[in-house]
Amino acid sequence: MSKSLLIISRQAPWSGPGAREALDIALAGGAFDLPIGLLFLDDGVFQLSGAQQPANLQQKDLGANLQALPMFGVEALYASQRSLEERGLQDQLSSLAVERLDDAGLSALIDRYDQVLTL
Amino acid sequence: MLASLFYACNAHLGGSGFIIPANWLAGFAMKFAIALFSPPYAPSSRRALRFAQAALASGHEIVRLFFYQDGVHSASSNVVCAQDEVDLPREWREFVHAQQLDGVVCIAAALRRGVLNDDEAQRYSRTAANLDAPWELSGLGQLHEAAQLADRLVCFGGP
Repeated sequence: MSKSLLIISRQAPWSGPGAREALDIALAGGAFDLPIGLLFLDDGVFQLSGAQQPANLQQKDLGANLQALPMFGVEALYASQRSLEERGLQDQLSSLAVERLDDAGLSALIDRYDQVLTL
Repeated sequence: MLASLFYACNAHLGGSGFIIPANWLAGFAMKFAIALFSPPYAPSSRRALRFAQAALASGHEIVRLFFYQDGVHSASSNVVCAQDEVDLPREWREFVHAQQLDGVVCIAAALRRGVLNDDEAQRYSRTAANLDAPWELSGLGQLHEAAQLADRLVCFGGP
């Protein structure tokens, strides 16, 4: 049986290639039918913000890539409730289906996975 | 076993050892996959190399090194260090070569940062290549495969 991998994405989408490169690991894992989870934590939750205008920064829209996750079989998507609240994002998320977890939920989530990678 | 790997790390780090959870060493020989995300001048990159050296010195196996994000710069042959500074890219190169390790550099991350081998330099009409043996450019599937083959995936240099 394949080992499960939880990817913890902690970088904002417009701070550099970090967020996109974390997402690429998740998409690649999905393409290989591996059990992948993706957790948005700290500034990583900015990736979930709905009203983004990447064209103003001459950037590609990371949101479109995020929407591809379920198509790649990556449906275990989580966000830290605390990170969302700290950034005032609770009510302004994109349509991506993510499960919001409190701190105890995060701890249990990390415990469930065989391997954890933070980017 | 815990004691031996800890002491090996400690020795490589010149006394500034780091703590390794005891349950990593429940068995005897472990298979490690090591991922590096930070640039060569970051302390975490030095720790990654010392960890890799200590793991082998303690009888463990490294199934693959995978350099991603800014970690790709440690595979560049164009990094020049001051004479009185640690030349980490050179140390990595010599270590991977001497131990015959599988050293993989993510091709997408490397291209984005100007780390190219001869094939890629030709493909994109660039004037120079700065990646050579023992390093190999490949895709993220190599990271997932390494994680599947290893008992532990150990990452250095994340945010």
